[in-house]
Amino acid sequence: MVSVQQGEREMQYMVLIYSADSAGPVPDTPEFGEMMQGYGAFTQEVREKGVMKGSDPLQPVATATTVRVRKGATETTDGPFAETKEQLGGYYILDCEDLDEAIDYAAKIPSAKFGSIEIRPIMVFE
Amino acid sequence: MGSVGDLDLAEDVLQDAFVAALQRWPEDGVPKHPRAWLLRTARHTAIDRFRRDANFKVKRAQLEILVELERRAKPDEMDDTIEDERLRLVFTCCHPALAEPARVALTLRTIGGLTTTEIARAFLVPETTMAQRLVRAKRKIKAAGIPYRVPPPHLWPERLRSVLSVIYLVFNEGYAATSGRQPTRAGLCDEAIRLGRILVDLVPREPEAAGLLALMLLHDSRRRARADESGDLVTLERQDRGLWNQEKIDAGACLLRRAIEKRRVGPYQIQAAISAVHARAESYGATDWHQITSLYRKLYELLPSPVIALNKAVALSFAEGVEAGLAALSDLDAQGVLGRYQPFHAARADLLRRAGRLAEAANAYRQALLLTRNAAEQRFLETRLQELLEQPFATP
Repeated sequence: MVSVQQGEREMQYMVLIYSADSAGPVPDTPEFGEMMQGYGAFTQEVREKGVMKGSDPLQPVATATTVRVRKGATETTDGPFAETKEQLGGYYILDCEDLDEAIDYAAKIPSAKFGSIEIRPIMVFE
Repeated sequence: MGSVGDLDLAEDVLQDAFVAALQRWPEDGVPKHPRAWLLRTARHTAIDRFRRDANFKVKRAQLEILVELERRAKPDEMDDTIEDERLRLVFTCCHPALAEPARVALTLRTIGGLTTTEIARAFLVPETTMAQRLVRAKRKIKAAGIPYRVPPPHLWPERLRSVLSVIYLVFNEGYAATSGRQPTRAGLCDEAIRLGRILVDLVPREPEAAGLLALMLLHDSRRRARADESGDLVTLERQDRGLWNQEKIDAGACLLRRAIEKRRVGPYQIQAAISAVHARAESYGATDWHQITSLYRKLYELLPSPVIALNKAVALSFAEGVEAGLAALSDLDAQGVLGRYQPFHAARADLLRRAGRLAEAANAYRQALLLTRNAAEQRFLETRLQELLEQPFATP
Protein backbone atom coordinates (compact mmCIF):
# COMPACT_ATOMS: atom_id res chain seq x y z
CA MET A 1 0.00 0.00 0.00
CA VAL A 2 1.37 3.33 -1.01
CA SER A 3 0.33 6.93 -0.57
CA VAL A 4 1.41 9.47 -3.14
CA GLN A 5 3.66 12.06 -1.60
CA GLN A 6 5.15 15.28 -2.84
CA GLY A 7 8.29 14.86 -4.92
CA GLU A 8 7.81 11.16 -5.60
CA ARG A 9 7.11 9.84 -9.04
CA GLU A 10 3.67 8.87 -10.24
CA MET A 11 3.93 5.10 -10.10
CA GLN A 12 5.46 2.33 -8.08
CA TYR A 13 5.96 -1.09 -9.57
CA MET A 14 6.91 -4.43 -8.17
CA VAL A 15 9.20 -6.08 -10.68
CA LEU A 16 9.05 -9.86 -10.23
CA ILE A 17 11.85 -12.00 -11.62
CA TYR A 18 10.88 -15.45 -12.87
CA SER A 19 13.10 -18.10 -14.37
CA ALA A 20 13.37 -21.83 -14.84
CA ASP A 21 15.97 -23.83 -12.98
CA SER A 22 17.28 -25.27 -16.23
CA ALA A 23 17.60 -21.87 -17.89
CA GLY A 24 20.29 -19.36 -17.07
CA PRO A 25 23.98 -19.84 -16.29
CA VAL A 26 25.20 -22.59 -13.99
CA PRO A 27 26.75 -21.49 -10.66
CA ASP A 28 30.56 -21.22 -10.56
CA THR A 29 30.84 -20.74 -14.31
CA PRO A 30 32.22 -17.49 -15.78
CA GLU A 31 28.76 -16.82 -17.28
CA PHE A 32 27.29 -16.99 -13.80
CA GLY A 33 29.88 -14.50 -12.58
CA GLU A 34 28.95 -12.16 -15.41
CA MET A 35 25.30 -12.41 -14.47
CA MET A 36 26.03 -11.58 -10.84
CA GLN A 37 28.05 -8.58 -11.94
CA GLY A 38 25.11 -7.54 -14.08
CA TYR A 39 22.82 -7.67 -11.06
CA GLY A 40 25.32 -5.65 -9.05
CA ALA A 41 25.48 -3.00 -11.73
CA PHE A 42 21.71 -2.87 -12.09
CA THR A 43 21.09 -2.56 -8.37
CA GLN A 44 23.68 0.18 -8.15
CA GLU A 45 22.07 2.09 -11.01
CA VAL A 46 18.55 2.02 -9.61
CA ARG A 47 19.82 2.86 -6.16
CA GLU A 48 21.86 5.84 -7.33
CA LYS A 49 18.96 7.18 -9.36
CA GLY A 50 16.73 7.02 -6.30
CA VAL A 51 14.43 4.69 -8.18
CA MET A 52 14.82 1.61 -6.01
CA LYS A 53 12.52 1.36 -3.04
CA GLY A 54 13.32 -2.21 -2.16
CA SER A 55 14.68 -5.48 -3.49
CA ASP A 56 15.56 -8.98 -2.38
CA PRO A 57 16.78 -12.18 -3.95
CA LEU A 58 14.72 -15.13 -2.79
CA GLN A 59 16.05 -18.52 -1.79
CA PRO A 60 15.38 -21.30 -4.31
CA VAL A 61 11.89 -22.67 -4.80
CA ALA A 62 12.87 -25.88 -3.01
CA THR A 63 12.79 -23.88 0.21
CA ALA A 64 9.21 -22.68 -0.34
CA THR A 65 6.23 -23.51 1.80
CA THR A 66 2.60 -22.80 0.91
CA VAL A 67 -0.12 -22.09 3.45
CA ARG A 68 -3.86 -22.20 2.83
CA VAL A 69 -6.69 -21.91 5.33
CA ARG A 70 -9.81 -23.74 4.21
CA LYS A 71 -12.88 -24.21 6.35
CA GLY A 72 -10.95 -23.00 9.36
CA ALA A 73 -8.17 -25.55 8.91
CA THR A 74 -4.63 -24.53 8.08
CA GLU A 75 -3.11 -26.59 5.27
CA THR A 76 0.64 -26.40 4.96
CA THR A 77 2.37 -27.89 1.93
CA ASP A 78 5.93 -28.14 0.73
CA GLY A 79 6.76 -26.12 -2.38
CA PRO A 80 5.48 -23.07 -4.26
CA PHE A 81 1.78 -22.24 -4.65
CA ALA A 82 1.83 -23.66 -8.19
CA GLU A 83 4.14 -25.95 -10.08
CA THR A 84 5.17 -23.80 -13.00
CA LYS A 85 8.26 -24.13 -15.13
CA GLU A 86 9.43 -20.62 -14.25
CA GLN A 87 9.48 -19.71 -10.60
CA LEU A 88 9.92 -16.50 -8.62
CA GLY A 89 13.55 -15.77 -7.82
CA GLY A 90 13.53 -12.22 -6.54
CA TYR A 91 12.02 -8.77 -6.87
CA TYR A 92 12.63 -5.05 -7.06
CA ILE A 93 10.28 -2.25 -6.07
CA LEU A 94 10.84 0.68 -8.39
CA ASP A 95 9.58 4.24 -8.39
CA CYS A 96 8.91 5.21 -12.02
CA GLU A 97 7.25 7.93 -14.08
CA ASP A 98 5.30 5.44 -16.14
CA LEU A 99 5.23 1.89 -17.47
CA ASP A 100 7.75 2.62 -20.22
CA GLU A 101 10.35 3.60 -17.66
CA ALA A 102 9.64 0.41 -15.70
CA ILE A 103 9.93 -1.62 -18.89
CA ASP A 104 13.29 0.01 -19.65
CA TYR A 105 14.61 -1.04 -16.24
CA ALA A 106 13.09 -4.52 -16.37
CA ALA A 107 14.86 -5.15 -19.67
CA LYS A 108 18.19 -4.44 -17.98
CA ILE A 109 17.70 -7.15 -15.36
CA PRO A 110 20.08 -10.00 -16.26
CA SER A 111 17.46 -12.73 -15.89
CA ALA A 112 15.36 -11.06 -18.57
CA LYS A 113 17.65 -12.75 -21.11
CA PHE A 114 16.46 -16.25 -20.20
CA GLY A 115 13.50 -15.73 -17.86
CA SER A 116 10.42 -13.54 -17.57
CA ILE A 117 10.07 -10.28 -15.70
CA GLU A 118 6.59 -9.37 -14.57
CA ILE A 119 5.83 -5.72 -13.91
CA ARG A 120 2.94 -5.14 -11.54
CA PRO A 121 1.81 -1.66 -10.46
CA ILE A 122 1.42 -1.33 -6.72
CA MET A 123 -2.08 -0.55 -5.52
CA VAL A 124 -2.46 3.06 -4.41
CA PHE A 125 -5.20 3.89 -1.92
CA GLU A 126 -6.29 7.49 -1.87
CA MET B 1 -5.64 13.56 -23.12
CA GLY B 2 -2.13 14.58 -22.10
CA SER B 3 -3.38 17.22 -19.72
CA VAL B 4 -6.32 15.18 -18.50
CA GLY B 5 -4.71 11.76 -18.06
CA ASP B 6 -7.91 9.80 -18.39
CA LEU B 7 -9.19 8.54 -21.73
CA ASP B 8 -12.86 8.42 -20.76
CA LEU B 9 -12.89 11.89 -19.26
CA ALA B 10 -11.01 13.23 -22.28
CA GLU B 11 -13.61 11.76 -24.62
CA ASP B 12 -16.44 13.20 -22.53
CA VAL B 13 -15.12 16.75 -22.32
CA LEU B 14 -14.23 16.81 -26.01
CA GLN B 15 -17.75 15.65 -26.79
CA ASP B 16 -19.13 18.42 -24.59
CA ALA B 17 -16.92 20.92 -26.37
CA PHE B 18 -18.26 19.84 -29.76
CA VAL B 19 -21.82 20.16 -28.48
CA ALA B 20 -21.06 23.63 -27.16
CA ALA B 21 -19.53 24.57 -30.52
CA LEU B 22 -22.62 23.37 -32.39
CA GLN B 23 -24.74 25.55 -30.13
CA ARG B 24 -22.58 28.67 -29.97
CA TRP B 25 -20.90 28.98 -33.38
CA PRO B 26 -24.05 29.44 -35.48
CA GLU B 27 -24.86 32.48 -33.31
CA ASP B 28 -21.44 33.84 -32.37
CA GLY B 29 -19.74 32.92 -35.64
CA VAL B 30 -16.86 30.48 -36.08
CA PRO B 31 -13.91 31.60 -33.93
CA LYS B 32 -10.61 32.65 -35.52
CA HIS B 33 -8.86 29.50 -34.23
CA PRO B 34 -11.56 26.86 -34.05
CA ARG B 35 -9.32 24.01 -32.89
CA ALA B 36 -7.90 26.13 -30.11
CA TRP B 37 -11.41 27.10 -29.07
CA LEU B 38 -12.44 23.45 -28.84
CA LEU B 39 -9.41 22.47 -26.82
CA ARG B 40 -9.81 25.42 -24.49
CA THR B 41 -13.47 24.63 -23.92
CA ALA B 42 -12.63 20.98 -23.30
CA ARG B 43 -9.95 21.91 -20.81
CA HIS B 44 -12.33 24.26 -18.98
CA THR B 45 -14.88 21.48 -18.70
CA ALA B 46 -12.21 19.17 -17.34
CA ILE B 47 -11.12 21.78 -14.81
CA ASP B 48 -14.71 22.18 -13.66
CA ARG B 49 -15.12 18.47 -13.30
CA PHE B 50 -11.93 18.09 -11.32
CA ARG B 51 -13.04 20.85 -8.97
CA ARG B 52 -16.30 19.08 -8.28
CA ASP B 53 -14.58 15.72 -7.92
CA ALA B 54 -14.65 14.12 -4.51
CA ASN B 55 -11.03 13.09 -4.88
CA PHE B 56 -10.08 16.71 -5.35
CA LYS B 57 -7.08 16.47 -3.03
CA VAL B 58 -5.24 13.91 -5.13
CA LYS B 59 -6.15 15.48 -8.45
CA ARG B 60 -4.95 18.85 -7.23
CA ALA B 61 -1.58 18.48 -8.94
CA GLN B 62 -3.24 17.71 -12.26
CA LEU B 63 -5.68 20.57 -11.79
CA GLU B 64 -2.91 23.04 -11.12
CA ILE B 65 -1.10 21.98 -14.27
CA LEU B 66 -4.25 22.41 -16.34
CA VAL B 67 -4.93 25.88 -14.95
CA GLU B 68 -1.33 26.89 -15.60
CA LEU B 69 -1.53 25.61 -19.18
CA GLU B 70 -4.66 27.68 -19.71
CA ARG B 71 -2.96 30.80 -18.40
CA ARG B 72 0.06 30.39 -20.63
CA ALA B 73 -1.58 29.14 -23.82
CA LYS B 74 -1.50 31.35 -26.89
CA PRO B 75 -4.26 30.77 -29.46
CA ASP B 76 -2.11 29.88 -32.48
CA GLU B 77 0.13 27.54 -30.48
CA MET B 78 -2.65 25.05 -30.18
CA ASP B 79 -3.37 24.54 -33.87
CA ASP B 80 -0.84 21.75 -34.26
CA THR B 81 -1.98 20.20 -31.03
CA ILE B 82 -4.73 18.13 -32.60
CA GLU B 83 -2.20 16.35 -34.82
CA ASP B 84 0.05 15.74 -31.81
CA GLU B 85 -2.92 14.50 -29.81
CA ARG B 86 -3.80 12.03 -32.52
CA LEU B 87 -0.26 10.75 -32.73
CA ARG B 88 -0.04 10.33 -28.99
CA LEU B 89 -3.39 8.60 -29.01
CA VAL B 90 -2.45 6.12 -31.70
CA PHE B 91 0.78 5.11 -29.97
CA THR B 92 -1.01 4.75 -26.64
CA CYS B 93 -3.77 2.61 -28.11
CA CYS B 94 -1.17 0.35 -29.73
CA HIS B 95 1.10 0.06 -26.70
CA PRO B 96 2.62 -3.45 -26.49
CA ALA B 97 1.49 -3.82 -22.86
CA LEU B 98 -2.08 -4.09 -24.17
CA ALA B 99 -3.31 -7.36 -25.60
CA GLU B 100 -3.64 -7.29 -29.36
CA PRO B 101 -7.46 -7.54 -29.48
CA ALA B 102 -7.51 -4.63 -27.02
CA ARG B 103 -5.17 -2.57 -29.22
CA VAL B 104 -7.33 -3.20 -32.24
CA ALA B 105 -10.58 -2.33 -30.45
CA LEU B 106 -9.15 0.78 -28.83
CA THR B 107 -7.66 2.06 -32.09
CA LEU B 108 -10.89 1.55 -33.99
CA ARG B 109 -12.87 3.23 -31.23
CA THR B 110 -10.58 6.15 -30.49
CA ILE B 111 -8.95 6.96 -33.84
CA GLY B 112 -11.47 5.36 -36.15
CA GLY B 113 -14.43 6.67 -34.22
CA LEU B 114 -16.35 3.45 -34.71
CA THR B 115 -19.02 2.67 -32.14
CA THR B 116 -18.66 -0.31 -29.85
CA THR B 117 -21.56 -1.94 -31.70
CA GLU B 118 -19.87 -1.50 -35.05
CA ILE B 119 -16.59 -2.94 -33.81
CA ALA B 120 -18.36 -5.89 -32.17
CA ARG B 121 -20.21 -6.69 -35.38
CA ALA B 122 -17.08 -6.35 -37.46
CA PHE B 123 -15.20 -8.87 -35.31
CA LEU B 124 -18.16 -11.16 -34.76
CA VAL B 125 -18.23 -10.89 -30.97
CA PRO B 126 -21.17 -9.94 -28.72
CA GLU B 127 -21.44 -6.27 -27.97
CA THR B 128 -20.99 -6.79 -24.23
CA THR B 129 -17.75 -8.63 -24.86
CA MET B 130 -16.42 -5.77 -26.95
CA ALA B 131 -17.59 -3.18 -24.44
CA GLN B 132 -15.79 -5.05 -21.66
CA ARG B 133 -12.68 -5.35 -23.78
CA LEU B 134 -12.60 -1.57 -24.21
CA VAL B 135 -13.26 -0.88 -20.54
CA ARG B 136 -10.52 -3.27 -19.44
CA ALA B 137 -8.07 -1.75 -21.90
CA LYS B 138 -8.72 1.75 -20.64
CA ARG B 139 -8.43 0.53 -17.08
CA LYS B 140 -5.10 -1.09 -17.80
CA ILE B 141 -3.78 2.11 -19.38
CA LYS B 142 -4.61 3.98 -16.21
CA ALA B 143 -3.69 1.33 -13.64
CA ALA B 144 -0.43 0.23 -15.19
CA GLY B 145 0.67 3.77 -15.95
CA ILE B 146 0.92 3.42 -19.72
CA PRO B 147 2.16 6.86 -20.70
CA TYR B 148 0.16 9.06 -23.02
CA ARG B 149 2.87 10.23 -25.37
CA VAL B 150 4.73 9.71 -28.59
CA PRO B 151 7.51 7.25 -27.73
CA PRO B 152 11.12 8.45 -27.58
CA PRO B 153 13.45 7.64 -30.52
CA HIS B 154 14.93 4.47 -29.08
CA LEU B 155 11.46 2.90 -28.76
CA TRP B 156 10.09 4.24 -32.02
CA PRO B 157 10.90 1.25 -34.28
CA GLU B 158 9.17 -1.29 -32.02
CA ARG B 159 6.20 0.95 -31.31
CA LEU B 160 5.64 1.97 -34.92
CA ARG B 161 5.69 -1.69 -35.87
CA SER B 162 2.93 -2.29 -33.35
CA VAL B 163 0.78 0.48 -34.84
CA LEU B 164 1.33 -0.82 -38.36
CA SER B 165 0.48 -4.36 -37.34
CA VAL B 166 -2.77 -3.25 -35.68
CA ILE B 167 -3.86 -1.45 -38.84
CA TYR B 168 -2.85 -4.39 -41.02
CA LEU B 169 -4.74 -6.76 -38.75
CA VAL B 170 -7.90 -4.72 -39.23
CA PHE B 171 -7.35 -4.83 -42.98
CA ASN B 172 -6.85 -8.59 -43.01
CA GLU B 173 -10.03 -9.14 -40.99
CA GLY B 174 -11.90 -7.21 -43.62
CA TYR B 175 -10.05 -8.83 -46.49
CA ALA B 176 -10.86 -12.33 -45.29
CA ALA B 177 -14.49 -11.30 -45.21
CA THR B 178 -14.71 -9.82 -48.69
CA SER B 179 -15.39 -13.18 -50.23
CA GLY B 180 -18.51 -13.55 -48.14
CA ARG B 181 -21.59 -11.40 -48.10
CA GLN B 182 -20.83 -9.43 -44.92
CA PRO B 183 -20.65 -5.77 -45.82
CA THR B 184 -19.87 -4.67 -42.25
CA ARG B 185 -16.81 -6.83 -42.16
CA ALA B 186 -15.71 -5.87 -45.66
CA GLY B 187 -15.98 -2.25 -44.46
CA LEU B 188 -12.99 -3.00 -42.24
CA CYS B 189 -10.77 -2.74 -45.32
CA ASP B 190 -11.96 0.80 -45.92
CA GLU B 191 -11.49 1.57 -42.25
CA ALA B 192 -7.94 0.20 -42.25
CA ILE B 193 -7.08 2.22 -45.35
CA ARG B 194 -8.51 5.31 -43.68
CA LEU B 195 -6.39 4.67 -40.58
CA GLY B 196 -3.41 4.07 -42.85
CA ARG B 197 -3.91 7.48 -44.47
CA ILE B 198 -4.20 9.17 -41.10
CA LEU B 199 -0.96 7.52 -40.01
CA VAL B 200 0.91 8.51 -43.17
CA ASP B 201 -0.16 12.12 -42.57
CA LEU B 202 1.02 11.91 -38.97
CA VAL B 203 4.40 10.32 -39.70
CA PRO B 204 5.29 11.50 -43.21
CA ARG B 205 8.94 10.57 -42.80
CA GLU B 206 8.24 6.89 -42.15
CA PRO B 207 8.41 4.88 -45.38
CA GLU B 208 6.92 1.77 -43.78
CA ALA B 209 3.70 3.64 -43.00
CA ALA B 210 3.44 4.58 -46.68
CA GLY B 211 4.44 1.02 -47.55
CA LEU B 212 1.56 -0.38 -45.52
CA LEU B 213 -0.93 2.00 -47.09
CA ALA B 214 0.36 1.10 -50.55
CA LEU B 215 0.06 -2.61 -49.73
CA MET B 216 -3.53 -2.23 -48.55
CA LEU B 217 -4.52 -0.17 -51.59
CA LEU B 218 -2.96 -2.70 -53.95
CA HIS B 219 -4.67 -5.64 -52.24
CA ASP B 220 -7.94 -3.76 -52.10
CA SER B 221 -7.77 -2.96 -55.81
CA ARG B 222 -8.64 -6.62 -56.42
CA ARG B 223 -11.72 -6.61 -54.21
CA ARG B 224 -14.27 -7.03 -56.98
CA ALA B 225 -12.36 -9.84 -58.64
CA ARG B 226 -11.71 -11.90 -55.51
CA ALA B 227 -15.05 -13.59 -55.19
CA ASP B 228 -17.35 -15.23 -57.72
CA GLU B 229 -21.17 -15.12 -57.78
CA SER B 230 -21.51 -17.78 -55.11
CA GLY B 231 -19.14 -15.88 -52.85
CA ASP B 232 -16.28 -18.32 -53.27
CA LEU B 233 -12.67 -17.19 -53.46
CA VAL B 234 -11.08 -16.74 -56.85
CA THR B 235 -7.32 -17.12 -56.79
CA LEU B 236 -5.00 -14.50 -58.27
CA GLU B 237 -4.32 -16.88 -61.12
CA ARG B 238 -7.93 -16.95 -62.22
CA GLN B 239 -9.11 -13.43 -61.42
CA ASP B 240 -10.65 -11.26 -64.11
CA ARG B 241 -8.06 -8.50 -64.20
CA GLY B 242 -10.53 -6.20 -65.89
CA LEU B 243 -12.28 -5.97 -62.54
CA TRP B 244 -9.21 -4.60 -60.79
CA ASN B 245 -9.50 -1.00 -59.63
CA GLN B 246 -6.87 0.91 -61.60
CA GLU B 247 -7.19 4.05 -59.48
CA LYS B 248 -6.21 2.17 -56.31
CA ILE B 249 -3.37 0.44 -58.15
CA ASP B 250 -2.02 3.79 -59.32
CA ALA B 251 -2.38 5.33 -55.87
CA GLY B 252 -0.62 2.37 -54.26
CA ALA B 253 2.18 2.36 -56.82
CA CYS B 254 2.73 6.09 -56.43
CA LEU B 255 2.92 5.85 -52.64
CA LEU B 256 5.33 2.96 -52.93
CA ARG B 257 7.63 4.84 -55.32
CA ARG B 258 7.87 7.76 -52.92
CA ALA B 259 8.47 5.46 -49.96
CA ILE B 260 11.27 3.57 -51.69
CA GLU B 261 13.02 6.86 -52.47
CA LYS B 262 13.64 7.22 -48.74
CA ARG B 263 15.94 4.20 -48.93
CA ARG B 264 14.73 2.59 -45.72
CA VAL B 265 13.19 -0.57 -47.05
CA GLY B 266 11.07 -2.73 -44.76
CA PRO B 267 8.65 -5.66 -44.94
CA TYR B 268 5.56 -3.63 -45.83
CA GLN B 269 7.28 -1.88 -48.70
CA ILE B 270 8.53 -5.20 -50.06
CA GLN B 271 5.11 -6.83 -49.80
CA ALA B 272 3.63 -3.80 -51.54
CA ALA B 273 6.26 -4.12 -54.26
CA ILE B 274 5.31 -7.77 -54.80
CA SER B 275 1.67 -6.78 -55.05
CA ALA B 276 2.59 -4.01 -57.48
CA VAL B 277 4.41 -6.44 -59.76
CA HIS B 278 1.26 -8.57 -59.90
CA ALA B 279 -0.84 -5.48 -60.51
CA ARG B 280 1.27 -4.52 -63.54
CA ALA B 281 0.96 -7.91 -65.22
CA GLU B 282 -1.58 -8.44 -68.01
CA SER B 283 -2.06 -12.03 -66.88
CA TYR B 284 -0.77 -14.50 -64.35
CA GLY B 285 1.51 -16.02 -66.97
CA ALA B 286 2.88 -12.61 -68.01
CA THR B 287 3.90 -11.75 -64.43
CA ASP B 288 7.54 -10.85 -63.83
CA TRP B 289 8.22 -13.87 -61.67
CA HIS B 290 11.94 -13.21 -61.48
CA GLN B 291 11.34 -9.90 -59.83
CA ILE B 292 8.78 -11.42 -57.47
CA THR B 293 11.17 -14.19 -56.51
CA SER B 294 13.94 -11.73 -55.79
CA LEU B 295 11.53 -9.61 -53.73
CA TYR B 296 10.51 -12.66 -51.72
CA ARG B 297 14.17 -13.43 -51.11
CA LYS B 298 14.63 -9.92 -49.66
CA LEU B 299 11.46 -10.30 -47.62
CA TYR B 300 12.65 -13.62 -46.25
CA GLU B 301 15.87 -11.97 -45.10
CA LEU B 302 13.82 -9.54 -43.01
CA LEU B 303 11.11 -11.97 -41.90
CA PRO B 304 12.34 -15.55 -42.10
CA SER B 305 8.95 -17.18 -41.71
CA PRO B 306 7.95 -20.54 -43.26
CA VAL B 307 4.92 -18.92 -44.87
CA ILE B 308 7.11 -16.45 -46.72
CA ALA B 309 9.40 -19.29 -47.71
CA LEU B 310 6.34 -21.07 -49.14
CA ASN B 311 5.35 -18.07 -51.25
CA LYS B 312 8.97 -17.77 -52.37
CA ALA B 313 8.96 -21.39 -53.51
CA VAL B 314 5.82 -20.87 -55.57
CA ALA B 315 7.30 -17.77 -57.22
CA LEU B 316 10.48 -19.74 -57.88
CA SER B 317 8.48 -22.44 -59.65
CA PHE B 318 7.39 -19.88 -62.21
CA ALA B 319 10.71 -18.07 -62.44
CA GLU B 320 12.98 -21.11 -62.69
CA GLY B 321 10.68 -24.03 -63.35
CA VAL B 322 8.53 -26.48 -61.44
CA GLU B 323 11.44 -28.67 -60.34
CA ALA B 324 13.11 -25.72 -58.59
CA GLY B 325 9.84 -24.97 -56.81
CA LEU B 326 9.35 -28.57 -55.75
CA ALA B 327 12.90 -28.75 -54.47
CA ALA B 328 12.33 -25.64 -52.38
CA LEU B 329 9.11 -27.13 -51.02
CA SER B 330 10.80 -30.33 -50.05
CA ASP B 331 13.45 -28.34 -48.17
CA LEU B 332 10.63 -26.63 -46.31
CA ASP B 333 8.98 -29.93 -45.60
CA ALA B 334 12.20 -31.18 -44.08
CA GLN B 335 12.08 -28.33 -41.60
CA GLY B 336 8.87 -29.86 -40.35
CA VAL B 337 6.91 -26.68 -39.58
CA LEU B 338 4.35 -26.56 -42.35
CA GLY B 339 3.01 -30.10 -42.06
CA ARG B 340 -0.32 -28.90 -40.70
CA TYR B 341 -0.55 -25.81 -42.90
CA GLN B 342 -3.18 -26.37 -45.55
CA PRO B 343 -1.78 -23.92 -48.13
CA PHE B 344 1.50 -25.82 -48.08
CA HIS B 345 -0.16 -28.99 -49.29
CA ALA B 346 -2.34 -27.07 -51.73
CA ALA B 347 0.73 -25.36 -53.20
CA ARG B 348 2.57 -28.64 -53.42
CA ALA B 349 -0.42 -30.23 -55.13
CA ASP B 350 -0.45 -27.48 -57.71
CA LEU B 351 3.26 -27.83 -58.47
CA LEU B 352 2.95 -31.60 -58.74
CA ARG B 353 0.08 -31.13 -61.16
CA ARG B 354 2.19 -28.81 -63.30
CA ALA B 355 4.99 -31.37 -63.20
CA GLY B 356 2.60 -33.97 -64.56
CA ARG B 357 2.72 -36.05 -61.38
CA LEU B 358 -1.04 -36.26 -61.17
CA ALA B 359 -1.49 -39.10 -58.72
CA GLU B 360 0.80 -37.41 -56.20
CA ALA B 361 -0.98 -34.11 -56.82
CA ALA B 362 -4.32 -35.71 -56.01
CA ASN B 363 -2.90 -37.07 -52.76
CA ALA B 364 -1.54 -33.69 -51.82
CA TYR B 365 -4.99 -32.13 -52.36
CA ARG B 366 -6.45 -34.84 -50.14
CA GLN B 367 -3.91 -34.00 -47.45
CA ALA B 368 -4.84 -30.35 -47.77
CA LEU B 369 -8.53 -31.21 -47.45
CA LEU B 370 -7.85 -32.87 -44.11
CA LEU B 371 -6.58 -29.52 -42.85
CA THR B 372 -9.23 -27.11 -44.07
CA ARG B 373 -10.56 -24.60 -41.57
CA ASN B 374 -13.81 -23.57 -43.21
CA ALA B 375 -16.36 -24.43 -45.88
CA ALA B 376 -14.96 -21.98 -48.44
CA GLU B 377 -11.51 -23.58 -48.31
CA GLN B 378 -13.04 -27.02 -48.55
CA ARG B 379 -15.06 -26.13 -51.66
CA PHE B 380 -12.00 -24.60 -53.28
CA LEU B 381 -9.83 -27.65 -52.72
CA GLU B 382 -12.54 -30.10 -53.70
CA THR B 383 -12.99 -28.24 -56.97
CA ARG B 384 -9.26 -28.41 -57.68
CA LEU B 385 -9.18 -32.10 -56.86
CA GLN B 386 -12.15 -32.73 -59.09
CA GLU B 387 -10.55 -30.85 -61.99
CA LEU B 388 -7.46 -32.96 -61.50
CA LEU B 389 -9.34 -36.26 -61.50
CA GLU B 390 -11.20 -35.32 -64.64
CA GLN B 391 -7.93 -35.06 -66.51
CA PRO B 392 -6.96 -38.05 -68.65
CA PHE B 393 -4.37 -40.43 -67.19
CA ALA B 394 -5.08 -39.41 -63.63
CA THR B 395 -5.13 -42.36 -61.24
CA PRO B 396 -7.54 -41.64 -58.38
